Order: sequence, then structure tokens, then C-alpha cells
Amino acid sequence: MKVAIIDYNAGNIKSVEFALNRIGIQPLLTNNSDELLSADKIIFPGVGEASTAMNFLKHLKLDEQIKELKQPVLGICLGMQLMCSYSEEGSTECLGIFPQKVKRFNSAEFKVPQIGWNQILNLNNPLFSGLTPESYVYYVHGFYAELGSSTIAETNYILNYSAALNKGNFYGVQFHPEKSGSIGEIILQNFIERI
Amino acid sequence: MLTKRIIPCLDIKDGRTVKGINFENIKDAGDPVELAINYCQAGADELVFLDITATNDKRKTLTELVKKIALHINIPFTVGGGISSSEDVRALLNSGADKVSVNTAAYNNPTLITELAKQFGSQCIVLAIDTKKVDGNWYVYLNGGKVKTTTMALDWAIEGVQRGAGEILLTSMNNDGTKDGFAIEITGEISKAVNVPVIASGGAGITEHFKEVFELGCADAALAASVFHYGEIEIKALKKYLKKNNIHVRI
Repeated sequence: MKVAIIDYNAGNIKSVEFALNRIGIQPLLTNNSDELLSADKIIFPGVGEASTAMNFLKHLKLDEQIKELKQPVLGICLGMQLMCSYSEEGSTECLGIFPQKVKRFNSAEFKVPQIGWNQILNLNNPLFSGLTPESYVYYVHGFYAELGSSTIAETNYILNYSAALNKGNFYGVQFHPEKSGSIGEIILQNFIERI
Repeated sequence: MLTKRIIPCLDIKDGRTVKGINFENIKDAGDPVELAINYCQAGADELVFLDITATNDKRKTLTELVKKIALHINIPFTVGGGISSSEDVRALLNSGADKVSVNTAAYNNPTLITELAKQFGSQCIVLAIDTKKVDGNWYVYLNGGKVKTTTMALDWAIEGVQRGAGEILLTSMNNDGTKDGFAIEITGEISKAVNVPVIASGGAGITEHFKEVFELGCADAALAASVFHYGEIEIKALKKYLKKNNIHVRI
């Protein structure tokens, strides 16, 4: 099993690599086109700001390539948001793989960003095999993807939003499976073994 | 629903865990990686590592330790202590730290917060504030509590958040090491004044103190060291107690 992590200056690459190591996978960190094409599974990480990250992708000509990938791709946090159509963060046109828009949490009452452990609800995908409903995962985000036809899990913070998305071979999770304890490791393992 | 977080703090000196009592009289409480793994298994929501060596020649030791920690634990962790530049932050984040906390250097050069937030994102920049109540006012203290300033903790917290800090780690020096409970009043004041999470620190002695700081102090997370290190409070039991008292925690 060849697992590649897309290397484009995202903040959590090391954490994702270590998490895969813990479940027995030695991933390849790369932005090389041939290496990505030959991988069995691809992880698209992301921590940072949307417009800056999109510029990095464009600079490395990864924006077009990611859309063309045929093997299972898992976007994490900002990686997932960049797979949506548009983000209010930096008014950014994103990859448009998922139809959802990414919006800013708007609340006088709740703290933004949401930092901490929250529950995933209405789980509807093999990505969540073996998990009990309302399992806790770790979030750090100020922007969220709306609910829509690609939504495969929800979380409530201020409102219900997409905790995870799926369309064809593309998957995305807003939370950080690499930091979500044993629950996160089950999700990563499911992506490697069941998707 | 978003839960309140329980955060054990590990003070690190020369690669080992220590805990100061009122910032002095350091005791040895063990190997940081081993302790970190234990805390993960016990149900800690996050960990904080404060490097109190914090001299330049020790930096490399710290990044090596951070790599080891990151490889072994599966929950988020923050690293702080003597961080004064974006190079420091980059080295720690690249070694697998999720967040860094800045304190004295940020006070002496507030644009550091602005720069770090812009470069790495607010989500990974924690502003640590050590505060002490003197004549009714909560002042900011620097250099591990050794240097008093004339700035109020509340004002500095508000400025830090405006500059891009994504979280406030508030330590009350009056309470730290006393085991008499957290500083409820100043924690609540700051938590209500800023729109980012506030981690309360200093004074945890019994489980009721955690309930108080969440309910009355409006803290988003509570940090403690010695009560966890020396097994006086067990994290699982603490979370059970909080849940029973209708405080949302991850169990």
C-alpha cells in the first residue's frame, strides 16, 4: 500500500505522517506528479489560511492535478475546505470538487475559532465503520462547510455543518483525525483499508 | 457539543519533567514522553509542555523531544518557553507540535504575535499570560514571574487577541502551587472580554476547583500539573465528576 501525503507547505504534515506511522503506514511526502499518480491513497492535509494555501497549490501546479486524481483522496481540515467550491476566507475560489461553500462562523455568543473536542453525528459512510455515533474528534477551525448532498457526517457548533464530505473518490474531514486519539486512528485506518 | 478541556502541563528542564511550586523549588516528576503517553491513555484532552530551560543551546534538545512526543501521542499538544522568533515556531511546528505559546517575547515585542499569526495562523498561537493580583489589580508578569509590569492582564489579553492570538493561557501566580482553586474572577473577566478560548491555570487542588472554573470562571479549558503528576487527581475520575455535574467533557 503506497500512501502519499501532498507536500505543499501545510502546517500539519508532520502530525499526519506520525499518525500514519502509528497505524503501521510509512507515507511518502511529495508534490511530484508521477509519485502522486502512482500512490494507492492520497492524503491532502492543511492548516493555515485558504487563499495562501490555494496560491501554493497553483504555484506547484497541484490545483489541476488534485482534481484529476482517480484514487481515494482524503482532505483534512483546510485540505477539505480547499476541495469545496469557494471559501469566505480570503474570498478564495477553491478546487470545486465538493459543491459546498465554506463560510465563516459568525457568533457573538460562541468563541471563534472552535477549538477542542466535539461530536460527529449522522455518520453515513464506511469511513466511520466501527465508530459509535457521537464519537469525539478534535477540531480547530474558524470556517465551516455548509451541509449538502456530499455531507457524510455532521457536527454542531453554532449550527449543524459538514464534519465530513464525500463525492466519488474524494473524501474530506473538517476535524483532525491525526489528533483525535483512537477515534481518529480508526478513521485513518478505515480510509486506508475500506475506501 | 464542544467539550471543556482538561490539560495536564509538563514543565521540561533538560529533557525531563519538573514542576515548580510557586515557580521555585523544582521537583523531578519523570520522563516527558512516558508521562505524555500515560496522560493520553488517562483521557487528557490536550497537553502543554513548557520548556523552562529555554536557552539557545537547549533548543535542539527541545525539538528532538517534540518529535518523540509527536510520534507517540495522538492528541494535540502545545509547546512553550522562551519562544521569541518565527524560526523557533517553525522548528517546533515542523517537529510535530500543534501550537506554540508565547509569553515574555510577545510582551516585549507585540508585533511578534501579529507576525506569527499571519505566518502560521492564529489557531496555533497561544498567548501565555502570567498574572498576579497586587493591591486589587491583576498585573502582567514576565520572565517566569520574576518581572512585574504595569500592564493589566485584561488589557494585554485583549490586545493579544486583536493581534491574532488564537487562545489565552492564563496563569494566576497568586494561585499557582497553592491547591486552593483557580483564580475565578480574572479568568471570567478575560474569558468574557475576548472571543477566543481561555485556558485557566494555577491553583487546582480538588475536582470541585475544575467545576468552579468552568461554571463561574467561564474557562474553556483548565490546566494543572502537580495534582496530575503526583496522582492526587485522576483524570478519568475528574471527568466523571464533571459529567455528573452537567459539564460537557469527552469521556
